[in-house]
Amino acid sequence: MSLIEFLTNPYVLGFIKALVVFAAMMSMVPLLIYAERKIVADVQVRLGPNRLGPLGVLQPLADAIKLMMKEDILPAGVDKFIYYTAPFLAIVLALCAAAVIPFGPASWAVVVDFNHSLLYSLAISSISVYAVALAGWASNNKYSLMGSLRAAAQMISYELGMGLSLIALVMVTGTLSISQIVAQQNVMGWNILRAPTLFIAFIVFVICGVAETNRAPFDLAEAETELTAGFHTEYSAFKFAIFFMAEYVNMLIISALVTGLFLGGWSGPGVHYDMVTHTVAGGWPFVILGIFWYLVKIACFIFFYFWLRASLPRFRYDQLMNFGWKVLVPVGLANIFLVGIFFAFKNHWF
Amino acid sequence: MKIIPDFAKGMGRTLKHAIGTSFAGEADTVSYPEQEKPRPARFRGRHILNTYENGLEKCIGCSLCAAACPADAIWVEAAENDPENRVSPGERYAARYEINMLRCIFCGYCEEACPTGAVQLGMDYKLVDEQGEQHDWSKRDSFIFTKEMMLVEHGKGRPDPLSEALDERLKENPDHDRVW
Repeated sequence: MSLIEFLTNPYVLGFIKALVVFAAMMSMVPLLIYAERKIVADVQVRLGPNRLGPLGVLQPLADAIKLMMKEDILPAGVDKFIYYTAPFLAIVLALCAAAVIPFGPASWAVVVDFNHSLLYSLAISSISVYAVALAGWASNNKYSLMGSLRAAAQMISYELGMGLSLIALVMVTGTLSISQIVAQQNVMGWNILRAPTLFIAFIVFVICGVAETNRAPFDLAEAETELTAGFHTEYSAFKFAIFFMAEYVNMLIISALVTGLFLGGWSGPGVHYDMVTHTVAGGWPFVILGIFWYLVKIACFIFFYFWLRASLPRFRYDQLMNFGWKVLVPVGLANIFLVGIFFAFKNHWF
Repeated sequence: MKIIPDFAKGMGRTLKHAIGTSFAGEADTVSYPEQEKPRPARFRGRHILNTYENGLEKCIGCSLCAAACPADAIWVEAAENDPENRVSPGERYAARYEINMLRCIFCGYCEEACPTGAVQLGMDYKLVDEQGEQHDWSKRDSFIFTKEMMLVEHGKGRPDPLSEALDERLKENPDHDRVW
């Protein structure tokens, strides 16, 4: 068995791809932490980290070392098994969602590509609430419990809006495969413009995405001002670091999903996909170009995340629930109806 | 639905600040040990004890500063001047002049009470830095600043806006009686 044969074995190839995506995601986290601290500092008219390394780029590394060296505290009365499992559940589920992201226009640029990857990513993001809920429940702390209660309620409500916005999208694309949805956009144009009301689905999806990752202005689950740190109040040292990493990986996943589903994914100048042969014109250099465009779009969306966090105050709990159930869900439903009418007229069903 | 223009306005404002800070360098903060913010002319920092041009101390040991001190941070022990070897021009001088910097609230009442302008609140605020490495700050006693630590040569004290104004007046009218 030659080396090439060994490497192209589907299991070995899958393992290698998973390893690469894992490494890429985890190495993005310190970069994101640095970027967030610098951008929030800029918004707040201050300098941000600037001591360690040129322009302070080594600050996240120092933070990581500090967190690893800290004492690993086990509070009294915690449910040990769940308490230790919750952070790992958070990071594992966040990384699982990365498996179906098509980073480039080739089969080797996505870890696993199957027909219902959109459903899979929705399912994974729904299970993620378990990490937060279990962390709060196992901590034996009122603040943690309040935080995880909020997180559970918030994620269930916003999952609904997200699902409704994606139904409208799937009505347009006719497929549940994320890589197919992205490939279509290379030929048909970005999904956000493909039907007159699909931009509403985009807005609903973006809002729900921010809420799903528990980021400001929807960070009620860890609202520092009221709940000290919410669901991870009792977590210290590396367990806290893992929650932190999971949050950033989740942000990357949501950004990748938004860009992939609505903003063209890897399509960009120079990348032309052939829907018949399922290859990109020009071979692998253009796949790399596609990956580059995808990363640029993700970076723009990540910036939007940070900008949002630095600008908007946190929602109150009742405002959050009202917004989810009385605005996003009806808007999502109406949007499905509107997209349906649009296609009915377009296909001359009347 | 007023929330949408409000959010847009807020996001615009933050973006404006972010661009100003990152590209035009308009950050309000400074990198402290390397850069310092300018202190105002009447800044109340660590105390100094002034001297005359001939080297005599201005302090006459009257303890009015200690009486005025609301934090009870000043301790003065006066002694008679030896006419052969004067320390101050008056009858008495301060044999001990100590300020407990842990009690001091930097209100400046001592400066107001002083009849000779001897004690003034200077421009220095880095109390620890100036005493050097050998000073043991783990002891509370080390925060009691002595006369030697606070004495300054004539003209090396704070640039006092009031005395500068007085100098101007003296230039205009040399007969003006300069009391202190």
